[in-house]
Amino acid sequence: MSEKVGVYICHCGANIAGVVDVAALSHWAGELPDVAVARDYKFMCSSLGQELIEKDIQELGLTRVVVAACSPHLHEATFRNCCKRAGLNPYLFEMASIREQVSWVTANKTVALEKSKALISGAVHRVIHNQALEPIIVDINPNVLVVGGGITGIQAALEIADAGYHVYLVEREPSIGGHMAQFDKTFPTLDCSACILTPKMFSAGTHPNITLLTWSEVEKVDGYVGNFTVKVRQKARKVNTELCTGCGICEQKCPKKVIDTVFEAGMGLRKAVYTPFPQAVPKYPVMDVQNCTFFQKGTCKACEKFCPTGAIDFKQEDKVVSFDVGNIILATGWDLFDCRRIPQYGYGRLANVYNSLEFERLSNAAGPTGGKVILRDGVTVPQSVGIIHCVGSRDKNYNPYCSAICCMQSLKFAHLVKEKTGAQVYNFYIDIRTPLKAYDEFYQHILETDETRFVRGKVAEVTDAARLPGEEGKLIIQVEDTLIGKQRRIPVDMVILSAGLEPRHDAKEVAKLFGIGCSADQWFIERHPKLDPVATMTEGVFVAGVCQGPKDIPLSVTQGAAAAARVIGLVNRKQVSLEPVRASVNAEQCSGCRICNNQCPFNAISFLVDKGVSEINPALCQGCGTCVAACPAGAITGSHYTNAQILSQIEGILEVELGQREAVPA
Amino acid sequence: MSDNNQFEPVIVGFTCNWCSYRAADAAGMARIKYSPNVRLIRLMCSGRIDPQFVLKALSEGADGVLITGCHPGDCHYVEQNYKTLRRYALLKRTLRQMGLEDNRVRLVWASAAEGRILAEEIDKFVSDVRALGPLNWIKMATTTYVDPAPASA
Repeated sequence: MSEKVGVYICHCGANIAGVVDVAALSHWAGELPDVAVARDYKFMCSSLGQELIEKDIQELGLTRVVVAACSPHLHEATFRNCCKRAGLNPYLFEMASIREQVSWVTANKTVALEKSKALISGAVHRVIHNQALEPIIVDINPNVLVVGGGITGIQAALEIADAGYHVYLVEREPSIGGHMAQFDKTFPTLDCSACILTPKMFSAGTHPNITLLTWSEVEKVDGYVGNFTVKVRQKARKVNTELCTGCGICEQKCPKKVIDTVFEAGMGLRKAVYTPFPQAVPKYPVMDVQNCTFFQKGTCKACEKFCPTGAIDFKQEDKVVSFDVGNIILATGWDLFDCRRIPQYGYGRLANVYNSLEFERLSNAAGPTGGKVILRDGVTVPQSVGIIHCVGSRDKNYNPYCSAICCMQSLKFAHLVKEKTGAQVYNFYIDIRTPLKAYDEFYQHILETDETRFVRGKVAEVTDAARLPGEEGKLIIQVEDTLIGKQRRIPVDMVILSAGLEPRHDAKEVAKLFGIGCSADQWFIERHPKLDPVATMTEGVFVAGVCQGPKDIPLSVTQGAAAAARVIGLVNRKQVSLEPVRASVNAEQCSGCRICNNQCPFNAISFLVDKGVSEINPALCQGCGTCVAACPAGAITGSHYTNAQILSQIEGILEVELGQREAVPA
Repeated sequence: MSDNNQFEPVIVGFTCNWCSYRAADAAGMARIKYSPNVRLIRLMCSGRIDPQFVLKALSEGADGVLITGCHPGDCHYVEQNYKTLRRYALLKRTLRQMGLEDNRVRLVWASAAEGRILAEEIDKFVSDVRALGPLNWIKMATTTYVDPAPASA
């Protein structure tokens, strides 16, 4: 049966038409065998462009459609829907990427036309062998996993729980709250971080639809959208949460003090049995086995003696729990740039050089100094403070990207220092970036009222080596002031490094665990940087907050809510349709050699001993096609990527080249 | 094809849907100009690449075949690119046994973020195949001689 193929070539404004001669291409395509019609149009993806295709399908009776335009990752779904609306099975459609693979990457117009022809010829040859397929419909488990209990994860969990669906909120630390719980004030409104965060933490902790799994980590994820099985390791708290009332007596009585490098950023102490901060959710403490006197020396047990409910359980072991969810939201947050990587700034060597998290704790009324901004000696109030922007950010030696929050954070620090100490504050910046709502007003306010000095220039060095009178006992900031074109040495008592945000140290492993991608910087990759910022390439796995890229609290909350909305939408539909790209075995051709059996990492292939053939479970098959290529008998077919389709595409692609070569006699 | 009459090889490239095809998209989005000689075919996974696809491409007139996929450890299908790697080694041996330069086929890993790397690898491969010269399997196959022994062995 001969097919009637329609070929549609998109100008994409000037994106394609500016390089590829679309009229010539369309004329050429119209002459191809089996092609009934070829057209070019300004924007194929526009409603008018789509109507053009729909009309042709109906009026000319097209049986196949090829669109030569952008990447199928952008508009394959658009045009498949367009075919479907006109009554054509959406899988009888092919796309040729002549924008991403031709016009955007090829300078020579003649060559661009030839390459476009080759790609279209390949698509036309392939589409003839396409088969009508029906999407696979699977049920969606309404439960949701949210990984990361910072403000983003909390927001996402609350939105979903409020919509009536169950959420498992997994957090690695003993309490939810994330970095926001460490902060003192939040820019630009300077409202107290704890005051706005703790009610949300409390809601998340008490919500009937939220199961909180703190001090826990996801170990294994199996399955696919709608049907994931998750294994979570609940680390042993050594505290029986059934009995514990959160009274805090164990923490009071514990004789062992340890520097808290996580919540207090190394600025304060905690006990060996502890809750990281008083408002922690859940209220149950955890025992730090590495530092507990009983675990290290065999005696003490003060906590056990004083616990009024007998909740201390030294024998408690890690527990692995397993549950099913339909969707997953990753909100795993960020790590702070390690300022020791810039030795010339003296962090870790010069006592009064602080990183941004340390200053947050210093300034926090619930922090180790009760909110007093004082030097490391514990008494001296600084008379002058230098705040260095872009530490580890916008620097190709460390991280090339802008960390997005440091300008506003530094302005906030400047204001807090001024307010609390009256010290002279210097901001050392490269550029001030204050783009969002009420941010620039905050900057202007600091400029006008706080007498903060702004020095434009990248700091070369922070040193305690005095050279000039007045520098003794001070930290000297050496900087080129690029606005006056002069080198300056500015002596200060305290230096705050506005360190950048980095992906979690284990972001790559986490991405692998959940089957999503990481960018070169190791931020999680979203499905589309602008139009699909919370979905990922993996159906049913969403990302939100800083794990996707640096952003501040309002944006993180927005993304948390956005991811929740996407998930709620999916769960409400109750079912999801999956690409019908699956492998299947033709039992008559199968020799029972079992070569395919160990090709599948999803255990979708089983050997039927009684029949002597292998069989593929379509629910487990992910459609990679590795078994198809491995089968020596050719008994396995991979739908939508059949041998016939691919071999014809190869023929089609090379036909153009051959035609051209034969024209030039050797 | 080119202005100075230098040989322009024709190369068929295979990509996986998740990493290397998206690397090609990324190269496009970054407007990186690279050799136009490669025509990409999208598969779901590099594990789908049947050796017969490669032989088909070479026999239909391609001068080289580029196989691309996710980096080891990054496969969307867990570990299928390792199977590609094993098949690639066998395929190269087979090509040698057939009297063909085995460097007409190359395997390249490119993540979705590595548009630039993919473009550079394509440029490198094109210039390497250009140095090898035309394969002309198609001519040998259509010639009247019954025994098409490759001269390049």
